[in-house]
Parts: sequence; C-alpha cells; structure tokens
Amino acid sequence: MGKITNEELLNKINDKFPGQLTVIGEPFGLLTLETGREQIIDILTYLKNDPTLQFIFLTDITAIHYPEAEKQIVVIYHLHSLVNNVRIRLKVFLNIDDVHIPTATVLWDGANWMERETYDFFGVLFDGHPDLRRILNVDDMMVFPMRKEHPLEDPNRVDKKDYFFGR
Amino acid sequence: MSDIQLVDAPAGVEGAGFFATSLDKVIGIARSNSLWPLPFATSCCGIEFMATMGSHYDLARFGAERMSFSPRQADLLMVMGTISKKMGPVLRQVYLQMAEPRWVMAVGACASSGGIFDTYSVLQGIDEVIPVDVYVPGCPPRPEGILEGFIQIQKLVQTESLRRRNEPKYQKLLASYGIQ
Repeated sequence: MGKITNEELLNKINDKFPGQLTVIGEPFGLLTLETGREQIIDILTYLKNDPTLQFIFLTDITAIHYPEAEKQIVVIYHLHSLVNNVRIRLKVFLNIDDVHIPTATVLWDGANWMERETYDFFGVLFDGHPDLRRILNVDDMMVFPMRKEHPLEDPNRVDKKDYFFGR
Repeated sequence: MSDIQLVDAPAGVEGAGFFATSLDKVIGIARSNSLWPLPFATSCCGIEFMATMGSHYDLARFGAERMSFSPRQADLLMVMGTISKKMGPVLRQVYLQMAEPRWVMAVGACASSGGIFDTYSVLQGIDEVIPVDVYVPGCPPRPEGILEGFIQIQKLVQTESLRRRNEPKYQKLLASYGIQ
C-alpha cells in the first residue's frame, strides 16, 4: 500500500476544496472523486504541486459515454503519486450539448495527445488546448465513434448480411 | 544435373528454323513467369508471406524472385493484412504509382473483407479503394494458399489479351474507383 491512505488523501483535498468534491467510491482501493469543470484545473494543480501529495504523473485522460444519464459525457483523469505510490481518479460529468472543459496541458505537456484522443473519440472540447484535432482516426471522419449512438460495425460490411446465414 | 523445367511453347506454326505464334501468347508467358511482386504486408498474413518467400516454399520458383519495394517497377501488388481506413489512401497511392499492366492480390480475410475487424476504423476489404484480381481466403492463409493465389494471377496474366487494359470494360472498372 501507499504511504498515504485514501482517508488522509480525501481529508486533505476536502480541507482545501470544501464541498466541491463528492466521493463516488473506492473500487480496487482507487479513490474516485467527482467534481465540476470549474474547479478541475485547480484541484489538479493542487494535487500535482502539494509537497506531500506530489501527484506528478498524469496516467491518463479519457472519457466515457452514458447515453441514459442526465449528464452523458464523463471526462476521467487518472493521477499517480510516484513518491507515495498512490493513485487517484477524478471524474467530471458534462452535458452532451456543452462538452467544454479546460485543458490540462497547462500542467502536463503529456495531456496534449491524451486530450486529442479524447476529443477524437468522444468529441470533448478542451478549451485552451494548443492543437485540438483528430489524432488516431481519419481526418475526414464526421462522427465521434466511441459515442454510443454510433454502431461499432462498419455499414459497408457485406458478408455479414442476414441472408447469407438464412436469417 | 537437376531437372530444369521449362515453360511449354505456346501453340503456333513450327517449321525448319522458324516458329510463329501470336505476340499475346509470348508476352503473356514472359510476363507471367517474371512477375515482380510488391509485398504490402501489414500484419500476420505478412508473416505467412515471409514463409512463402523463404527457401521452404520458395515463391522464386514461379519467377517472382525479385521483390519490388518500389511500386514503380512492380507488376503485382500483394496486400497482406488488415488495412485500416487511415491506411486506405496510402494503399491507393501505392496502386496509382504502379505502371500498367498491374495486378492486385488480396491475401487473407482482412484484406479481402475486413475479416474479424468489423469496425468503424478498418477498411472492409481493399476492394473499397482499389480493384482486386485474386482473393486468397484464410486467416491467415497457409503459404500453399498464397502460392495458389499467385498461380491464379499467373493464369490471368497468361490469358489476358494485350489490349485488355485499353478495353472500355477495364476503363469503366478503373473509373468506378475514380482512377484516371
């Protein structure tokens, strides 16, 4: 286990940002917090620069789409404190009509490609990102393919039509 | 001395000191037995192709000794492996750089139909971007399968008329892919 328990970690963050975070859970011992896009960069800055916490490593930025939820798009940050051997996960829920969130490239240069990928697949717009364009998919793709309304299968597929299988 | 196999002479008129046949047949034989393949290998079918080129299966027996890694001097484009949509324009560019006459062989399920990758990011068969002459099934096909596909290409090359590439049908096929 790490040098800081999740309880201590949570207390420290709550002291600094009272009432701005809610705990989602601790699956597999990974403390997971929810916050809003207004304070996400402040919280990330605090976690990175605090001399005891030192979450200096941005493991990943990604997103998830819950089509049934009220706030459909969730941006997820994974941080790792290498000194304390502790990880934390932060989630920001966004309305699908307003998927703006401030960029984390001000803190980590490595966030650049992670945010481009998240934009590429989920259409999340990272405000202030220096070069927000598609990174993995073809440039002329019109959709954000990881959103649930898009079928995974390619519509051009011909050999899986039902009549080939007597259906 | 090993038993060296020669190609049979085409049908023609033979007499003392001369042999007459049609140019189509001679050129067909010459082309089919000296095809220069361009291996476009992106995944596991490419590994099977390496075995096909190796000494055990030895594609060189069929006159394809010289792999052409420049499309400009290649006759046969062998596409082996999954072609993602982002790779599609690259493959098309390679095909456009080849000089006529040119043939295309789709090796394996992915190049032929997308294979198991029925997804938004993978091309569902290379015939979406370039015309294909021979499809080799398998996931991946065995080297024997690739050799069979190559022999089918050779048959195609042998029996094809010299003027086929100027035919309206062929021009129409290319036009349907937006080429020329």
